[in-house]
Amino acid sequence: MWIKGGTIFDPVSGTAETGDIRIKDGLIEGVYPGGKKGSSPDAVDAKGLWVLPGLIDMHVHLRDPGYEYKEDIVSGSRAAAAGGVTTVVCMPNTDPVNDNPSVTQYIVQKAAREALVRVLPAGALTRELKGAELAEMGLMKAAGIVAVTDDGRSVESAAMMRRAMEYAATFGLPVITHCQDRALSGEGVMNESALSAKLGLAGIPAASEDIVISRDVLLAGYTGIPVHITHVSTKTGLDLIRQAKQSGVRVTCDVTPHHLLLTEESVTGYDTNAKMYPPLRGEEDRRALIKGLKSGLVDCIATDHAPHAQDEKDLDFDLAPFGIIGLQTLLPAIMQVHREYKIDFIDLLKKVTVNPARILGIDGGTLTPGSRADITLFDPQATWVFGEDAVLSKSKNSPFLGRVFNGRVVRTIVAGRTVHQA
Amino acid sequence: MNWAHKDLIGIQELTPAEIGHILDMASSFKEISKRDIKKVPTLRGKTVVLLFYEASTRTRLSFEIAAKRLSADTTALSQSGSSFSKGETIMDAAHNIMAMAPDCIVIRYPYAGIPKKMARILPCSVINAGDGFHEHPTQALLDMYSLKERFGSLKGLDVAIVGDIMHSRVARSNVYGLTKMGAKVTLVAPKTLLPPGVETWGARVSTDLDRVVPHADAVMMLRVQRERLNERFFPDVREYSTFYGLNRRRVEAMKPGAVIMHPGPMNRGVEITHDAADSARSIILDQVENGVAIRMTLLYLSLGGAVNVD
Repeated sequence: MWIKGGTIFDPVSGTAETGDIRIKDGLIEGVYPGGKKGSSPDAVDAKGLWVLPGLIDMHVHLRDPGYEYKEDIVSGSRAAAAGGVTTVVCMPNTDPVNDNPSVTQYIVQKAAREALVRVLPAGALTRELKGAELAEMGLMKAAGIVAVTDDGRSVESAAMMRRAMEYAATFGLPVITHCQDRALSGEGVMNESALSAKLGLAGIPAASEDIVISRDVLLAGYTGIPVHITHVSTKTGLDLIRQAKQSGVRVTCDVTPHHLLLTEESVTGYDTNAKMYPPLRGEEDRRALIKGLKSGLVDCIATDHAPHAQDEKDLDFDLAPFGIIGLQTLLPAIMQVHREYKIDFIDLLKKVTVNPARILGIDGGTLTPGSRADITLFDPQATWVFGEDAVLSKSKNSPFLGRVFNGRVVRTIVAGRTVHQA
Repeated sequence: MNWAHKDLIGIQELTPAEIGHILDMASSFKEISKRDIKKVPTLRGKTVVLLFYEASTRTRLSFEIAAKRLSADTTALSQSGSSFSKGETIMDAAHNIMAMAPDCIVIRYPYAGIPKKMARILPCSVINAGDGFHEHPTQALLDMYSLKERFGSLKGLDVAIVGDIMHSRVARSNVYGLTKMGAKVTLVAPKTLLPPGVETWGARVSTDLDRVVPHADAVMMLRVQRERLNERFFPDVREYSTFYGLNRRRVEAMKPGAVIMHPGPMNRGVEITHDAADSARSIILDQVENGVAIRMTLLYLSLGGAVNVD
């Protein structure tokens, strides 16, 4: 198979050149800047398109097993494919929790049979995410997990967190941490601010996130074990991470597209699609995230794709579950950040390809010959509306519904096979 | 004045002129309640549904009496607000009620935002009778009316609001309203019961009740919910009432003519002592009486619309 005439973005070399790509046996056989003679019956004309390594989203909730009414491995992978995401790391807060190798095997086997993209499970740090006993990390790793996390909550005790990090490091498993002091978050449902008080909604102070970020980078520094902070949303949180990085602590982080594009103002109409954890913060925090992207402080962009059914999101703002979907809007959101804030597209691309691959210790995220033929073709000129009918997830809980985006995924290839075509 | 609002969700959405209009009109409605036959045909044939998802006696009764004195038909529906996460959502309930063609829904709800959502979706009028700790506009209007009745004008009036500001819709609506009408508001509470960003509300903030009481024209005491005690916002009732309760000593420190208010229901012995609640300064029962007139006015404006009654 050939992909001909597109602009090929290589996040490894940091270049973007027009050329051809040849795919053979699910791998990239060659990349030919300037083009090369040769074609195939299934050749793809990529003139005017951007040719990207398939995206890696390191923070996705596929809800399978247990909450298949929200999403399952198949529907989630369909949404991923439509978003140009060829690898998803799925979080362990399923039912049962992915804290043992049987659940890991179920996910891996179902994904192998039915998923359109590569699904890599993350296992729990602690049994049932309760923060009390270590999960079977070694056995889960043998069954196919690529990272460990108690995402959705923080390990409450610093002693337990330290032990879990040390145990994870025994098996070379990266630790992803969701930072939230549960007691300080309390009954909060949005960012704590003058606006939350005005809306009559209980607030989640930024300090709830910052305190645990601070604890976890201190533990990383003390133990020498790397830690990845997911969905950072505060300026102070980023400051803590910057200081840690500067003093040599092995800490990395990601931010979500919604925290880059939206603020707490979105909550004003009590729209439950503006309810997620961490909550949408103020403009100063949002600006700090953009700045962190630009400076390279922020390593990755991940969606925290969190499907919830309509009847759950139809509840009162206080009662509706936290979370929004994001797989299909990831790349368009990145495009918007690129245009609005003049950040090199290729720098942003690294944050959804080579950087997560490096942090997770997985292949993919590159177009280097010999690597997996996971490729996303992106039309940078296309303008489209993200309407409900475009949503391929089982759930449609997105704050971006109705938004006009520039740039659209037109074809997604996983291991040499086209899995999505617009 | 032509009344442009289908609904009343909060004082935030009202202009000073609109508030003034409501307060002026309320006087003529108050007069109806003093008649022998306390009923006018103004809203005959209109249906008002009172939807109370949170315990309330006074507000519900007040709305019901107000509607009946205007000859509207009323139906009250009370439900405990505990089981919404299962079964019918509040918006489903709203659509079902709407199918029975009411002209107005008066809603009291334990969480913020639902009256606003209902108002946007339903064609009938929606009047907010208190949502979470967001707004309680009719309470603020009856408070403002009571103050205006006593002092003639709200401009320059010095009003202290004391107690659980953080969880109080009454405090919020009163701050919005009183500051719009030119009164000076001071919020008094321990820092644990002051909401984030309170300094942006346009009111002064104090933690020292004794410094505020002597210069206030009105001291409005807020009810302390028992659950705040369980949540450790303050150590115990003895300490709270010592620092933030209105007692005889503080009543005596008030300036001549100053009044005591409370939205009810009172916790005697917690935020207010017997002698303070029953002192000659108290206008607490005036507040209740005026509540009916204010609610008649709002039902009239929302349902009847634009005609000038005086």
